[in-house]
Amino acid sequence: MSIRVGESAQAATFPKAAKKLLQNTQLRRNVRRATDTIRGKRAKVVDEMPDWQALRTAAQQIKKRTLRNLDSYLVQFEKACAEAGGKVHWARDADEANAIVVGIIQSHNQKEVIKVKTMTSDETRLNHALEAAGISPYETDLADLIIQLGNDKPSHIVVPALHKNKSEIRQIFMEQMGLKELGHAPEDLAGAARNFLRERFLRVKVGFSGANFAVAETGSVCVVESEGNGRMCVTLPDVLITMFGVEKIVPTFDDLEVFLQLLPRSATGERMNPYNSIWTGVTPGDGPKEFHVILLDNGRTKVLADEESRETLHCIRCAACLNACPVYRQTGGHAYGSIYSGPIGAILTPQLQGMQHSTTLPYASSLCGACYEVCPVKINIPEILIHLRRKIVESGGAALTERMGMAVAGYTLADSGRLGTAQKLVQLGRQPLDAIGLPGWSAARDLPEIPKQTFREWWKSSRGGK
Amino acid sequence: MLISLFITCYNDTLFPGTGKSVVRVLERLGHTVEFREQQTCCGQMHYNTGYHPEAVTIMKKFVADFWDAEVVVIPSSSCVAMIRDHYPKMAKEAGLEKEVEALVPKVFEFTEFLTDKLGITDVGATYPHSVTMHTSCHALRSLHCEDRPQRLLKAVRGLDYLELPASDQCCGFGGTFAIKNAEVSTAMLSEKMKAVLSTGAEVCTGSDNSCLMHIGGGLTRQRGTARCVHIAEILASEEGDQ
Repeated sequence: MSIRVGESAQAATFPKAAKKLLQNTQLRRNVRRATDTIRGKRAKVVDEMPDWQALRTAAQQIKKRTLRNLDSYLVQFEKACAEAGGKVHWARDADEANAIVVGIIQSHNQKEVIKVKTMTSDETRLNHALEAAGISPYETDLADLIIQLGNDKPSHIVVPALHKNKSEIRQIFMEQMGLKELGHAPEDLAGAARNFLRERFLRVKVGFSGANFAVAETGSVCVVESEGNGRMCVTLPDVLITMFGVEKIVPTFDDLEVFLQLLPRSATGERMNPYNSIWTGVTPGDGPKEFHVILLDNGRTKVLADEESRETLHCIRCAACLNACPVYRQTGGHAYGSIYSGPIGAILTPQLQGMQHSTTLPYASSLCGACYEVCPVKINIPEILIHLRRKIVESGGAALTERMGMAVAGYTLADSGRLGTAQKLVQLGRQPLDAIGLPGWSAARDLPEIPKQTFREWWKSSRGGK
Repeated sequence: MLISLFITCYNDTLFPGTGKSVVRVLERLGHTVEFREQQTCCGQMHYNTGYHPEAVTIMKKFVADFWDAEVVVIPSSSCVAMIRDHYPKMAKEAGLEKEVEALVPKVFEFTEFLTDKLGITDVGATYPHSVTMHTSCHALRSLHCEDRPQRLLKAVRGLDYLELPASDQCCGFGGTFAIKNAEVSTAMLSEKMKAVLSTGAEVCTGSDNSCLMHIGGGLTRQRGTARCVHIAEILASEEGDQ
């Protein structure tokens, strides 16, 4: 099996990557500004919903039910999609998925593919596999185009180029599109991207997309977006390939009613996405003549098997948790070493990829709970972070010094007499501690004064132990 | 009412003044406070860092120490959150469901005990200072404290209450997070300190000395104009104290 999440297995540890990113003040300013804006918009359109909490609960229940019966829903989807003229492929891991895509494109003797709205293809490193097979992938989502042209990596689930500001994007466009002149207004940048992309939309015969939802009942696939580039990508080419993780299934068409309210409000702070594309198989004379679906596992069934953290698969990739996260706010998404960044990335990447590769990610959180509060499908991310920390410790993944420290603390705290002795040692150790400082703490913070008398000593002396 | 004080391990060691203040307030309100000397810790540090068996051992001790208390008052939101949010699940594994189920409703954070259990907002305190309040994440999202601490503060004579901007944002302490991700924690702290200093308050208070130790440690390092004081110490203050 070649389960991978992009290049996360080779990524630097979170603290190391974060330390470097924290030096980049421009990036941090961009991240703060962008997340503040989205947060503000989200809060406004969420507050106006009288039934927001009920919608969250409904979504959570639908997802729970789906995951309990995922095997039968997937087969139901396959059947319905095939009946509507689609062809369904099953991919156990990244390599299988990539081989299927390359095979389909090669069977049509094509050398190019236009892509939109697909994180799973970042997960499988599809572009890498395509290029190795002599096929050129063109990203058509505006932000993904910025990333591709800038030879960069996405730093946010919904707004992948959030770490870049307007003038940085202008620079990338001028250099990569060979433009001698380009205005500074957002309209100028969008215009340049439009000119660049339109020609490809009309020329390239194969399209590739992800999916936000797939309906088991009807075999339909749904993509929501803001730009319309997705709409062109899934309607203009002759051949369309859509790949998504197996957890994207919803049982019935009616279930979309819940998610299409939750997703845009949580993701971009919009009441509705400007473009909601839902299609079922192929329609003669309208849109692609050939439609392939790839159902991707790549570690998802492993997550499904763990009852404690299964709800990780509820995620609808709205990124509200990223925008709310005070840690993400400081570092941006690159610190997480994965296309899945922020709190959801901290729990998803290690579970998909394998815990041994990402032992620092579950600790990349102060457990403040802001992520859980905004999650539209009620994933209890702090609980899952703690669950994964436990798994890391139990599998011997914690540092020896930490394990020893925790063992000593555990022994001390199991008995008040031992605690009293330890408190005496702390009081005695104050001066040497002041001299050397506490690693990690003393660089930016003073240690508190250590009182000469603990509370229990005061109680004993003033109340005679009563 | 006979109130059992769970001081918490770090308050006991580092912030005994907070414990003394809790005793002072509760006795001033006419209640009796007991301190069970065998008490130690709630197990939060072990649990949150992934050391489950150690946390369960400490939970068992907490239950053994306090099972027959009338009420348990704790001057720390995060320790109360640990007990409320995690003990029920841990109890299942330890076979202590009944005991934990009976004990949890008797456990209160100090300020919520005053407002909800005793129904008091004016505790007869005087504190002639300008004060802003850091609401810890556990108080906000686990205990759902809402404006309870603020109501208590606003009833204090002489106290000038100043709203903290972006008050729902974590200060970056997070227990072992502050050590494991020291740089990120410090960056979060910088934003929090900026918010505190922007109010111009002399004092930043809160219901968790863990956050306050972190914010206060940063403020003294920067020679900031504000200092951190636990809310119990403000509520205990009387005329002539300052």
